[in-house]
Amino acid sequence: MATTIVQPGGTPPAITLPVNGRPHHTAGWWGMVLLICTEAALFVFLLFSYFYLDAQNTTWPPPGPPDITLAVINTILLVVSSVPARLGMKSIRRDSRGGLSVCIIVTMLMGIAFLIIEAIEWSQKTFTPQTDAYSSLFFTITGFHYAHVTVGLLMLLVILLRNRAGHFNARRHLAVENTMLYWHFVGVVWLFVFTTFYITPHWWR
Amino acid sequence: MATATIETRLHRLWETPNGLYGFLASTDHKAVGRRYLVTAFVFLAAGGVEAMVMRAQLIKPANHLLSPEAYNQLFTMHGMTMIFWYASPILSGISNYFFPLWIGARDFAFPRLNMFSYWTYLMSGVVLYTGYIAGVAPDRGWFNYTPLAGPLYSPGLNENFYCIALLLLTVSTTVGAINFIVTAFKLRAPGMSVGRMPLALYGTLTASFANVFALPSLSVSLTYLYLEHRFGLHFFDVAAGGRPLLWQHLFWIFAHPWVYIIILPALSFVSMIVPTFSRRPIIGYTWNALGVVATGVLGFGVWVHHMFATGLPPMAMSFFMAGSMAVVLPSAISIFVWLVTIWHGRPVMSTAMLFVFGFIFLFVIGGVDGVFTGSIPADWQVTDTYFVVSHIHYVLIGINVFPILAAFYYWLPKITGRLMSERLGKWNFWVMFIGMNVAFFPMHNLGLLGMPRRIYTYQAGLGWTATNVVVSIGAYVFALGVLLFVLNFFWSLIDGPVAGPNPWDSASLEWATSSPPPPYNFAVIPTVRSRDPLWEERLGLGKRSEVFEGPVISDEEKVTMGTTPLDGMPQQVMRFPEDSVYPFLTALSLAAICYGLILGLWGLALGGAVFAFFFVTGWLWYAPQPVEV
Amino acid sequence: MWLAMAACARAPSTLGSASQPAHQLTVLQWWLIIIALAVVLIIGVLLLIPLRRRIRTVADAPLTSGGTTTPIIIGVVISAAILIFVFIYSAVVLVDDAKPSTVPRLAVKVTGHRWWWEVEYLAADSSNVDQDVMGANEIHIPVGEPVRILGTSADVIHDFWVPQLQGKIDLEPGRTNVFWIRADKPGRYRGQCAEYCGLQHAHMIIWVVAQSRPEFEKWLARERAPAPAPATPLEKEGQQAFLSAPCVLCHTIRGTGAGGVLGPDLTHIGSRLTLGAGTLTNTPGNLAGWIENAQSIKPGVDMPRLDLPPATLHKIIAYLESLN
Ligand code: HEA
Ligand code: HEA
Ligand code: HEC
Ligand code: CUA
Ligand SMILES: [Cu+2]
Repeated sequence: MATTIVQPGGTPPAITLPVNGRPHHTAGWWGMVLLICTEAALFVFLLFSYFYLDAQNTTWPPPGPPDITLAVINTILLVVSSVPARLGMKSIRRDSRGGLSVCIIVTMLMGIAFLIIEAIEWSQKTFTPQTDAYSSLFFTITGFHYAHVTVGLLMLLVILLRNRAGHFNARRHLAVENTMLYWHFVGVVWLFVFTTFYITPHWWR
Repeated sequence: MATATIETRLHRLWETPNGLYGFLASTDHKAVGRRYLVTAFVFLAAGGVEAMVMRAQLIKPANHLLSPEAYNQLFTMHGMTMIFWYASPILSGISNYFFPLWIGARDFAFPRLNMFSYWTYLMSGVVLYTGYIAGVAPDRGWFNYTPLAGPLYSPGLNENFYCIALLLLTVSTTVGAINFIVTAFKLRAPGMSVGRMPLALYGTLTASFANVFALPSLSVSLTYLYLEHRFGLHFFDVAAGGRPLLWQHLFWIFAHPWVYIIILPALSFVSMIVPTFSRRPIIGYTWNALGVVATGVLGFGVWVHHMFATGLPPMAMSFFMAGSMAVVLPSAISIFVWLVTIWHGRPVMSTAMLFVFGFIFLFVIGGVDGVFTGSIPADWQVTDTYFVVSHIHYVLIGINVFPILAAFYYWLPKITGRLMSERLGKWNFWVMFIGMNVAFFPMHNLGLLGMPRRIYTYQAGLGWTATNVVVSIGAYVFALGVLLFVLNFFWSLIDGPVAGPNPWDSASLEWATSSPPPPYNFAVIPTVRSRDPLWEERLGLGKRSEVFEGPVISDEEKVTMGTTPLDGMPQQVMRFPEDSVYPFLTALSLAAICYGLILGLWGLALGGAVFAFFFVTGWLWYAPQPVEV
Repeated sequence: MWLAMAACARAPSTLGSASQPAHQLTVLQWWLIIIALAVVLIIGVLLLIPLRRRIRTVADAPLTSGGTTTPIIIGVVISAAILIFVFIYSAVVLVDDAKPSTVPRLAVKVTGHRWWWEVEYLAADSSNVDQDVMGANEIHIPVGEPVRILGTSADVIHDFWVPQLQGKIDLEPGRTNVFWIRADKPGRYRGQCAEYCGLQHAHMIIWVVAQSRPEFEKWLARERAPAPAPATPLEKEGQQAFLSAPCVLCHTIRGTGAGGVLGPDLTHIGSRLTLGAGTLTNTPGNLAGWIENAQSIKPGVDMPRLDLPPATLHKIIAYLESLN
């Protein structure tokens, strides 16, 4: 909808502007982008400490390069899960609430699968977080990412409910846009975590 | 002038209900700002009183006033309180109050987030000081090196308080920073292109960006340390493949940008005050703006200068020595911009301007100390001595406390509507300025005489005794000065002369509205066509801003004008959320989480998390908005 | 002027250097001090001059505009020049200080403990630890010769700093920082731990004693020898008392059964300058006070209060005093 700009003394409107939302990026969108920036920095510093200790230690990782099968499955899951997320955006832009709901649910299912597989992988590890610096880093960093996926899922849950409550439409779906943005981010971060923990040890050692 | 009807309607629309609900639910940025200012000032007093006690202990050799435990907690709490709970929040206070006024908006982009940021700040302070009251305050220094701060050598809850209180503060600071950035880029008055922004914005903006990218480093190191303490993980202990230096890198990667974060806004406040009291627009606006930004950027490339004595390879260290030299130049720019502006103008030595002069002087002393320590071989001698203590106080007090007092004398009339006493103000300045130099200049000498920092006592006959007496006396004089300010403030509340909208005949938008401003700030959203809207005609600038006439955006709902990020062209209308208690409740549950984590009460922590989730959901749960076809 | 005072004060002053490496630093420091004072002076003057044109209130003069930015550029350029000079000069000193002019014939391993210093003398190539020469809180070096120092820590980070001889170097657990010191004048030089290491960081002092080569050799030979056998019956009883007291859990006296390693080696405690890492001067009275209750002298120290019966205490003192 558009609002008129009232002139003092009720003189006829000067300009009319859209109320926040499409086609322009709203404050909320910018906020999410900045949140993602600081979250990205967080992972930069987490991975920095991994490479720092990697460089400082002669045998790294102490238990030898990790097995990557489960991690690969997870990577695929998370990357692919960005597709329904994207489609969800598309459908709400087409004002199709049903479509959005379906996409959200599919995305969430993939996310949950990721969490389960990750948990299995953890349980299979021969070391505990207390074993040594490597194990501590492994569980802390993957744990950080685990937490981010969980938050992403909670956000998806909320927009699912809000969609049911009919909060969204073709022009007004900031929450959806932000949630999906965050979900893509969580996927991208995983790519870096994955490369760091599962690829680099095979690369150079 | 907008008609009364519109103004009354706006008033009804924007005012916050009084009573407890109003207090907790208000999202008015001016309320947030006032609360930030008061709270931060109380922390200044707390940290200051701690310092007073420290100085009493150090006034004579082999003094038994304080036990080593007590002293170590004192200097750590002093450092943390001042750096984290005073220096940055006091700036946020000013910025929170004036940001929308500077840019001609009605509130922040995220008013609720704004209030949330205050509540979390308050809670984090409460958490920290519960540790102090319980006698388990952090006592490993504000940068808390491992392994001394690790589980092996610091059993007990002290370190948990350190980690968790700071983590909560980083949450508050981060959301605050995001709010500043978005507001500055989306809510500026129409016509206020980046080239016309008041210089005050540059400092706060740069600091906010630095926060966004530097704070995570602190969060990471704090998380590591907490996990070491609570769950026996290993990040810093050599035996398990960790490294003590990892902490030092992570901490200083954050902490050097941080020391600029806590001065850049102050510098840019000065850049607002200098033109007013030089009776002319600033010279070198662009230089100054770019200089501030450059400091913020270069600030990320010098952290190793805190680690010159750790035995890193000289080659690597030299890079950071170069960085430490390079980062001086932007500061030089600011200094010369102010000098040139004053030279070309007619200085008015109001109290605010006095503090600015004092600040420039102290800034230069503290700065050249920095250059001294920036030289690696020289630093080998003075690092971890009172020379560094002198540097940090010249910069922190000189570039934070003094500009803040200048800002208070300049802007408090806008907040309270009352002027402060200029005569008492002059006393205030001279007592503080003399006390400052008597207290902290001799510290250079102590450092060069080989007195290490962080010692709870020292032996007689080393040539340190007399100097320490002088330092302590100076410290008390300085405190007296601060007290004078407090008196002056309360006096102004009681019978200070009424200020009026623009007591100093300044140029920027905040002076275009009444003092104190109405809840909606501006009846009409000003249209800006130059850097000094209120001076234009007298400066004979052709383009005229419309400050008192212009569009009143709808007076039926809480909205303001959203403009394009760079050239500030009208783009959209921004809706504001209603007041809400959710921010407060969320902050409360975060505090619960914190206590849970500190004390190991996992139930409490989990409960807090669940509540936090529901509160945040409620916070973001907007009823469907009217849509017309 | 303060700084002048500093130079001549009796303090362990960074400006009262007693060796070529430290002297380099002192000269650099004076340069920086002079630059600093000059900058402060110049800016201060530039700040005060405009006061001639000051007016009383904002209403007293019309607004002015215009003005030029060239002074800013000039100022920045000059500053840059000064900074480049500081950088180059510092870099030169940095390189010079990295290596001694002559190869050290002597290497000393310094290990930081909370809150005392363990000192071991190594073979010149600093290879095998020469186990026989163990000391604490005191380093003897020959005058005019560079001495390599291998610094490390047994617990938290400490920092070895003898201002008149050399800059600081951290002693970090799990890592050995190698650097060197030299004293050009014979004498005693005070050093103090410079990295905050907890409760008694304030009382972690080390003395460096510079003597002529022959004197040093004599000292080293004596240090290498095991503890002298007790001469008088009192000392004999003292030895017995010591060996049967908990002391042995933490202290070593070479040549006797005592082999504890938690505390300083006491083989030649009688000849040391200080007790408790520079907390007390080493006199029989202080020794008694220390052993009776170290906690009251150095609160939190790792040496417990032992409440020995006065008689035993008396004997132990006599014995320890004889160990030189
Ligand atoms: C307010 C915050 C603040 C500011 C602005 C600065 C500014 C600077 N600091 Fe400071 N610093 C701290 C806060 C700050 N510092 C703190 C808190 C610590 C101690 C932490 C701890 O250990 O507890 C510290 C410690 C510290 C160290 C480590 C000391 C040590 O522990 O051994 C170093 C070393 O390089 C350093 C350097 C600098 C430099 C080069 C600047 C430069 O930015 C200064 C630039 C400004 C000027 C130089 C003056 C203006 C310029 C001119 C007038 C131009 C002409 C001047 C010349 C040509 C020289 N600082
Ligand atoms: C903004 C930062 C800031 C400020 C303002 C101060 C202010 C002061 N500091 Fe601070 N100081 C630090 C930051 C700061 N300090 C830091 C970061 C450290 C390092 C800590 C560490 O090593 O870990 C440090 C360390 C430090 C030391 C070294 C401790 C040691 O190494 O052993 C000393 C010693 O003298 C000292 C003294 C003082 C004194 C005398 C003041 C005086 O200026 C204080 C003046 C008094 C006041 C400002 C309060 C006045 C108010 C009242 C009297 C009450 C009236 C008010 C009301 C009623 C509301 N400080
Ligand atoms: C639990 C360990 C422990 C026991 C038991 C102990 N000491 Fe100590 N002692 C220390 C430590 C640690 C120091 C170093 C304290 C410091 O300077 O910080 C020390 C220091 C000393 C010193 C000063 C050495 C120096 O060069 O500064 C003397 C002398 C001494 N002990 C004698 C004794 C005697 C005699 C006994 C027994 C009656 C004893 N100690 C029992 C741990 C112990
Ligand atoms: Cu050891 Cu300080
Ligand atoms: Cu720094």
